[in-house]
Amino acid sequence: MTVDHRYGHLESLRSALSVVVYPVQYVVNLPIRFARWTSESLDTRESLIEDNQHLRAEQLLLSQKLQKYEILEMENRRLRKLLESSFKLSERVLIAELLDVDLQPFRHTVLINKGEREGVYDGQPIVDADGIMGQIVHVGPFSSTVLLITDPSHALPVQINRNGLRGIAVGTGQSHVLQLEYLPNNADIQKGDLIVSSGLGSRFPAGYPVGVVTEIKLDPAESFAKVMVEPSAKLEQSREVLLIWPHDHAQRSGEKDGLANL
Amino acid sequence: MNGNNYHLGKIVIAGSFLVALLLTAMPLPEWAVNWRPAWVAMVLAYWCMALPHRVGIGIGWLLGILVDVMQGALLGQNAIGFAIIAYLVINSHQRMRMFPFLQQALLIGLMVSFSLLLSLWVRGIMGVPPHSWTYWMPVFTSMLLWPWLFIILRDLRRRYHVS
Repeated sequence: MTVDHRYGHLESLRSALSVVVYPVQYVVNLPIRFARWTSESLDTRESLIEDNQHLRAEQLLLSQKLQKYEILEMENRRLRKLLESSFKLSERVLIAELLDVDLQPFRHTVLINKGEREGVYDGQPIVDADGIMGQIVHVGPFSSTVLLITDPSHALPVQINRNGLRGIAVGTGQSHVLQLEYLPNNADIQKGDLIVSSGLGSRFPAGYPVGVVTEIKLDPAESFAKVMVEPSAKLEQSREVLLIWPHDHAQRSGEKDGLANL
Repeated sequence: MNGNNYHLGKIVIAGSFLVALLLTAMPLPEWAVNWRPAWVAMVLAYWCMALPHRVGIGIGWLLGILVDVMQGALLGQNAIGFAIIAYLVINSHQRMRMFPFLQQALLIGLMVSFSLLLSLWVRGIMGVPPHSWTYWMPVFTSMLLWPWLFIILRDLRRRYHVS
């Protein structure tokens, strides 16, 4: 157990055993998939039309935003060129599906249906449509385990979007609360501030939303303020998640692949 | 004929463990998650009591490793608890067979709580202890369900002449 906790030697054994266990998890997931499939195929025509309209409206809004975003990106690139700083290209992503399988009680982990075969690696960031969800902790050939940001053992370097103040968002074990640690009592932070990932620690890409400040407790007896953040990712509702390959990692593995090809 | 029976018994035992693993991974509604009985531990305890020459500490440990991999836990976190359950049951299997259901259930509860205690200890060392008393709920649900599980597995064993 100590070997597994402290060193990574047993990771290959674990990933081999996960192949044995995967059929069990797959079978457990089957009835839920079937129920979902039936409910989707038995949807009424009205609700489908309604959904369709809703999605069309949303797509229109998003594409309008995207136009603006493209212009901003061009402008950003031009300005950065003027400053002669490097520009980060957008990252590679892949959609994965959550398996409805219960894992360890009292830990916030989920299982996804992508593994080593798709190039998933240990420590890879996971996001959903609204924000950062967590990172990969175990990779198997067909499936991998994701540690959510609300797990008490998870910490994530963040900054406040409004003023760039940096902090660390630590999971609390409750599914709707993160805590910002080590912020002094006089820090410039307000209720409703958006918290984004800062990209420090080079594990999570910078600029993804993490959550919104919901509560600030100032206690003069304590040296740090108690700041609660509600995660913006829908940690308990998302069915599909995005795996991200941050640019530098993709490049590095590309180089490795290139060497292997030689 | 005898050899045939032996293989059939192997299949029955493996099948019961497979069902226990499925039940362990089955998603439950949020309020019921912490009440999930320790299925694998209970099935393991039954086979250790009924057939101590076939199911033992090694199998208990292997099952524990499988559960660890399935749950993404530290390798060995459940295995140590299951191995100890197997050891305790084998040690007292002749006495446990004679006990009435109530007394058996109490003993099973004790063993499940012992394995939970070991797992809690490991988690505490890792620095991520569960902070809720509902951690101990599996003990009570396991005790409640033990008589039914016992009867089902006994009938299964008698029907297929597993010995």
